[in-house]
Amino acid sequence: MGSSATVLHPLAGGLAVLLVAAATVAVGSIGFRLSRTTSDFYVASRTVSARWNASAIGGEYLSAASFLGIAGLVLAGGVDMLWFPLGYTAGYLVLLVLVAAPLRRSGAYTLPDFAESRLASRPVRMVSSALVVGIGWLYLLPQFQGAGLALRTVTGFSPTVGAALVAGVVVLNVLAGGMRSITFVQAFQYWLKLTAIALPVAFLLLAWSADGAPNPAEQGLPSGRTDVRTTLPATVTLVAEVPTTLYVEGEVGPVTEDGGEPGTRGPDAVTQLNGDLRLAPGERVVVRSGSVVEVPAGQPVPHAEPVSASTGADWAQPLSGAGGRDHPLYATYSLVFALFFGTMGLPHVLVRFYTNPDGRAARRTTAVVIGLLGAFYLFPPIYGALGRIYTPDLLLTGRADTVVLALPGRLLPDPWGELVSALLVAGAFAAFLSTSSGLVVSVAGVLSQDLLHKDALRPGHPPVRAGADTSVRRFRVATVLTVFVPLLLSLSTTRVGLADTVGLAFALAASTFCPLLVLGIWWRGLTAPGAIAGLATGGATASAAVTLTMFGGPYDGWAGALLAQPAAWTVPLAFAVMVGVSLLTKRRVPARVGRIMVRLHAPEGVSVDRRA
Amino acid sequence: MTPPDRQSPGPQRVRVTSPRMRATASQPRRAVDDIDEQTGIGEVYMRALVGSQLRLALGVLGGFVVSLCALPVLFALAPALRRVEVLGVPLPWLLLGVLAYPMFVVAAWAYVHAAERAERDFADLVERR
Repeated sequence: MGSSATVLHPLAGGLAVLLVAAATVAVGSIGFRLSRTTSDFYVASRTVSARWNASAIGGEYLSAASFLGIAGLVLAGGVDMLWFPLGYTAGYLVLLVLVAAPLRRSGAYTLPDFAESRLASRPVRMVSSALVVGIGWLYLLPQFQGAGLALRTVTGFSPTVGAALVAGVVVLNVLAGGMRSITFVQAFQYWLKLTAIALPVAFLLLAWSADGAPNPAEQGLPSGRTDVRTTLPATVTLVAEVPTTLYVEGEVGPVTEDGGEPGTRGPDAVTQLNGDLRLAPGERVVVRSGSVVEVPAGQPVPHAEPVSASTGADWAQPLSGAGGRDHPLYATYSLVFALFFGTMGLPHVLVRFYTNPDGRAARRTTAVVIGLLGAFYLFPPIYGALGRIYTPDLLLTGRADTVVLALPGRLLPDPWGELVSALLVAGAFAAFLSTSSGLVVSVAGVLSQDLLHKDALRPGHPPVRAGADTSVRRFRVATVLTVFVPLLLSLSTTRVGLADTVGLAFALAASTFCPLLVLGIWWRGLTAPGAIAGLATGGATASAAVTLTMFGGPYDGWAGALLAQPAAWTVPLAFAVMVGVSLLTKRRVPARVGRIMVRLHAPEGVSVDRRA
Repeated sequence: MTPPDRQSPGPQRVRVTSPRMRATASQPRRAVDDIDEQTGIGEVYMRALVGSQLRLALGVLGGFVVSLCALPVLFALAPALRRVEVLGVPLPWLLLGVLAYPMFVVAAWAYVHAAERAERDFADLVERR
């Protein structure tokens, strides 16, 4: 197996990235020609056709977590990880049946718009705005991290460069054209991503069957078919399942008692090693970034924490806890819960619905989206399964998220390996750019309308409608701010995998906006105090769990499982609080709730008065 | 010569009808008027629509939850199922990785058609004179 740090010639990789960035900005500028007024800027004047819109939703939704993260999870955690793509898709089915048409008919531009018009309450609007920004930042974080990781894998640049590059292109793109350009860009990105993930699978499967089609489920613990030699891109804590002998050139040290960050204990704790390192089963050892590690062919590869090794048979079976996940049944259900009910609460997903001409079109678009997502998600797990056989070293370096990019170089002879890698790199960058752009547009919109407005907190401040008095300049300031905060955060935390961080964003969205939307649309009894209490409860509990998982811990057993997958308890809690407080404040039910119900639910063909 | 101005003052033709006729035969009241005026009857129509749409939504969700979310329990209770293979592919991989997606698409289109039918029925009902 190759020992080079990159999977691709840096020039070819850089070229692929530049091409995607240039194409994105070029396609975006077509929209720029057409976007002149402020209302164009925000919602593409609602003239986007359903087919464009469905592609654009797909393009925007398929993020780094989908393109890279799922394959990485499957490589480490096996069949249980297929619930991630299933949940990402099923979230749209839930959105379709509970939210799509009424939300479009509400005529609101953003989630805070919906909250305010439904409950006639400025405070609800402010709480919603703060949550939109929080969820947006949490979702942008793994996009920038993924971009850094991918650029490092293909070119060897530092992760900071990749993250900054994507952030820069996104800012440029959003500032150049706003939503109109984004719609064209996103639709283009979906088809680019589908091609980039699907086409290489054909080549990879051909090479795999020429290799005798080895079955990953029949393997023991993951081990290299040839000697595995790899350079660590980051400091890792290695654990071996069986007595293992590694050859190490670099710095090695014991794990500190207090379980602090590995390798940060000062120079005396670390020894320089140029030779064999013997590990007893269960023994943990810290190996510093930049060290070269070699594992002989056929010997199981020690895994980087927090992933633990599992045999092929365990990996292929559901609920086996493969990869070291505790309480797999609870974790599976809680994850499914977060993904099913979190999709409707993601800011960049909702803003797409306003570009549908009416409620009926919103429904049809959503149904098309489910098909488009399903088509895409057939492919990433194949990379994860092939990675079990051909890239076990990624479990050693803790870089399972790069399996999609690493495989072609291992399986295909050059120049095919290089060409296919370049296509995958292009797809990965399309994923970062499209999701980040969509998120930035919606978060910056909310930030500039509500939180940056000088009168925003003054009581009695009239509701601000996008396109009315929101200046384009404030939107631009908000755009830069929206990108800058998660970019800074992305440089600090790397412990949690891409798809897991995205999972936490879903959990936060499910615990806050899901109850607000579902109760707001279907239940007349919702009151402003109830909504605020529910949003606060769901937001506080879910974000506490997110913070502890990302910066505290790691926690074992039930505490770890409940914090890493909080949705199963935070979502019902938020619903209960919202309903309970609403029932206690019955007098605060908006007087115009009957009118609002007409507006949300009356089909377009019926000639009724829709004024709220 | 300029065309005659329609708004110009002057004698205009006025339609005279009996109050009784207007109330009954020629201008029957429609349900949309009740909805617009937020009368009790209008409220009943709206609650019927929202209720039927909600039942449809919960029905789709229920069917989908029962069929999909039963899988982890099934795998937990019947471990033998975890190792069943279909055409060389383990059953859990086939179900979760491939077959679930066409199921989603079918459920989505079935829902869209049912919801649109419910809306057409509602429109026919409330627009009828």
